[in-house]
Amino acid sequence: MKVEVGTLEQLPKRLGKCVRVGNRELALFRTGDDQVFAVENRCPHRGGDLSQGIVSGEFVFCPLHDWKICLKDGRVQAPDEGCVKTYRAAVKDGLVYVEL
Amino acid sequence: MKRKLVLIGNGMAGVRCIEEILKLDREAFEITIFGSEPHPNYNRILLSKVLQGDTRLDDITLNSWEWYERNGIRLFAGETVTEVDIKRRLVRTDRGRVVEYDELIFATGSNPFILPVPGADLPGVTAFRDIQDCERMIEYAKTYKKAAVIGGGLLGLEAARGLLHLGMDVDVIHIFDYLMERQLDPTASKLLQRELEKQGMNVLLRKETAELFGNGRVEGVRFKDGTSIAADLVVMAVGIRPNVDLARRSGIEVNRGIVVNDYLETSVPHIYAVGECAEHRGVVYGLVAPLYEQGKVLAEAICGRKGKPYEGSVVATQLKVSGVDVFSAGEFMDGEGTESIKLYDEARSVYKKVVVRQGKIVGAVLFGDTSEGRKLFDMIQRGDSVEALSLSLFAPAALGGKGSLAAAMADTDVVCGCNGVTKGAICQAIAEHGLKTVAEVRDYTNASRSCGGCKGLVAELLEHMLGEEANRYTVKETICGCTDLSREEVLEAIEQRRLMTVKEVMSVLGWKNEEGCSKCRPALNYYLGMLYPGEYDEEAESLFVNERLHANIQADGTYSVVPRIYGGVTTAEQLRNIADVAEKYNVPMIKITGGQRIDLLGVKKEDLPRIWADLGMPSGYAYAKALRTVKTCVGKQFCRFGTQDSTGLGIRMEQTFERLKTPHKVKMAVSACPRNCAESGIKDVGIVGVEGGWEIYVGGNGGTHLRAADLLCTVKTEDEVIEMTGAFLQYYRESAHYLERTSKWVERVGLEHIREVLFDVETRRALLERLHKALSATTDPWRDIVENERLQQLLFRDIGDKEPVSVE
Repeated sequence: MKVEVGTLEQLPKRLGKCVRVGNRELALFRTGDDQVFAVENRCPHRGGDLSQGIVSGEFVFCPLHDWKICLKDGRVQAPDEGCVKTYRAAVKDGLVYVEL
Repeated sequence: MKRKLVLIGNGMAGVRCIEEILKLDREAFEITIFGSEPHPNYNRILLSKVLQGDTRLDDITLNSWEWYERNGIRLFAGETVTEVDIKRRLVRTDRGRVVEYDELIFATGSNPFILPVPGADLPGVTAFRDIQDCERMIEYAKTYKKAAVIGGGLLGLEAARGLLHLGMDVDVIHIFDYLMERQLDPTASKLLQRELEKQGMNVLLRKETAELFGNGRVEGVRFKDGTSIAADLVVMAVGIRPNVDLARRSGIEVNRGIVVNDYLETSVPHIYAVGECAEHRGVVYGLVAPLYEQGKVLAEAICGRKGKPYEGSVVATQLKVSGVDVFSAGEFMDGEGTESIKLYDEARSVYKKVVVRQGKIVGAVLFGDTSEGRKLFDMIQRGDSVEALSLSLFAPAALGGKGSLAAAMADTDVVCGCNGVTKGAICQAIAEHGLKTVAEVRDYTNASRSCGGCKGLVAELLEHMLGEEANRYTVKETICGCTDLSREEVLEAIEQRRLMTVKEVMSVLGWKNEEGCSKCRPALNYYLGMLYPGEYDEEAESLFVNERLHANIQADGTYSVVPRIYGGVTTAEQLRNIADVAEKYNVPMIKITGGQRIDLLGVKKEDLPRIWADLGMPSGYAYAKALRTVKTCVGKQFCRFGTQDSTGLGIRMEQTFERLKTPHKVKMAVSACPRNCAESGIKDVGIVGVEGGWEIYVGGNGGTHLRAADLLCTVKTEDEVIEMTGAFLQYYRESAHYLERTSKWVERVGLEHIREVLFDVETRRALLERLHKALSATTDPWRDIVENERLQQLLFRDIGDKEPVSVE
């Protein structure tokens, strides 16, 4: 299911935004090179609010305990382990779509 | 077309250089390595462990066959290069192989020096240099009983220790008056000898070997004084000499070693030398750390990125000789123009000596307790003044406190309490991944990642596992893994090239990750703000969430709000106001903080700006790396012991330094008498009122590293307190690493040094000028956001709820 979750303008570069769709909470990111990613807004460690993390390249650092998570595949980077759910995101005509 | 790179010598120095090259440019070269030994690259330093029987070759292998394969390196092990044709640029081997090169590296290492005495070629005489020597000695120990080791230096004693382990009787023969004369002074050496003799070694001093005798195989050693001893096995460990024959034959300039310049270039173009075979500025190094430094410089040069030249290394020895901790560095002998500070605890076999020349620490010897060795090494390298020495160095060793805590811990003991990392897990990671620094251990295991309280212990573990190798890798502290530059180097570059943004710093200084990480981005943001007050605009995206949102993120994703209450003194009206706000926004918890403030906990992010607006109070900065609170006692107005108006001064200090950003959080306190009800003794700046004046304490900490503050000075007036505190804070702002608390900083730079800076009237005036410039550029962040709709939108509002309706 493809859902429209906002406008590209609502996404500042390297600052996350949270959006709720039904019972899901997603963190949306627009990276420095203008790619848009969507992941589940919960760090697998202690449920940290990933949308508030520092974004560097295609990674976000969880604000609670600095876990490093890849936005592309959702993998937690070593030495930590785990995975967050990722959603395919796309931009068309200034609108951001996420595939649920 | 890839260039052809040939390495002669498959040892530690050469292969490390290849590793560095691969890091810089994986694609540049087609690499071929020749090694005379039939093994992949192993850690020669640990040979003595193999000899002792508790370690196998596999355990000390640095690069496995698989590593060579994975990196596309052709390795010819057990094959020796016999000729280098520098005209046609090719090498020939003893197997008739011919390989061309564009660049050629000599890393031929060194050979053990064999005394030119009669009988040196008898069976049963061996050096102690490679795995074969080891195997030979192990074999001998099975049949024979009596061993003699010629050479009472480091290597000789390690060999002797191994042989003792294998059950042999061991004589150690040394030509000098005392053992390890190149690392120890006579006192330390005598202690060492006593320990070794206790373990069963027999030490013979002032014995010069005349000949080895025996019928068919070695049976004994005869000395020049006419005496002799029996021996079934003789190990020569009298030194090494650079292996330069091939280089000399090839027409390359050779002195004692292969002569190289600061970029490790030999006299012949496209030919380089690193490691024990190389002679740089007249010095041939035999320790690992310098060889690794050389490898790095050469790698850069060969990849066409000539960076810093190699300018020689300061070496230190920190090692375990037969289970005894020994450390030495720099000028460790007493001599003309030096003075020394000594501790000699004969009962516990602890000896510590620090050598001082013109007030500066130039060398040290530690025996029995070497826990402070690394710190001393840093001080020696920096040329620290003797005042910087901490007294704890000379405190008597705790009962039974010989040896490090790290060594004494069990594998299941937890080193890092925050992340539950055990000693066993750390040691395994160090061994498996070849970790060399605390930062690497942190990245692999999480140990020391949170509060950092166990950093020292992790460093000790590294030392414990790697010995001297650990030393050099912990000397330089880079900002983070994204760069090889230290704080100092980065700050210098920022100022010199007037870099104005985080991005600029990263791109000009060649950051490895284009956008940095969660460590360097906030650090650079701070440094830029400190260097360009009023000019630099903080980058919201480079701030940790607490500072970006000016509120503390809590475990459940809500935030906490702490308004400023100067000096902890409030009013009924303020309290009523806070209570109203708490009710209006359903704040689930109201709590008095440790710093005498009121904390509203459990606030939703979107509510923050409205709560601040309703409170109408300035931010208490409870989230910031900045001045937090000034805790006070009630003082002379009410207290029967109070000598001064502590609340008054506390309020004044808080109002003066409010909003000042610092490398880490700063807490202050003012007490009105030495009873210290405001806990001034464990604050970054603690003021204690006494009759007729104020004492100023600095560098205290009540956190993970509990530390009592040091008395900086005593002053008469409140104005002087403000002035001194201001100068202290500004100097801390300018010279501390980001995230370094004053407690660590005071210990690192030394209280005496800080005094020198602050007590100089001119310097203090300049510091205060810069401080006021920084202060005058600040505004209240809560109000800024309350008044700025765009910022609220950008930082505090989520996109909100969306209907889960498919658009296709």
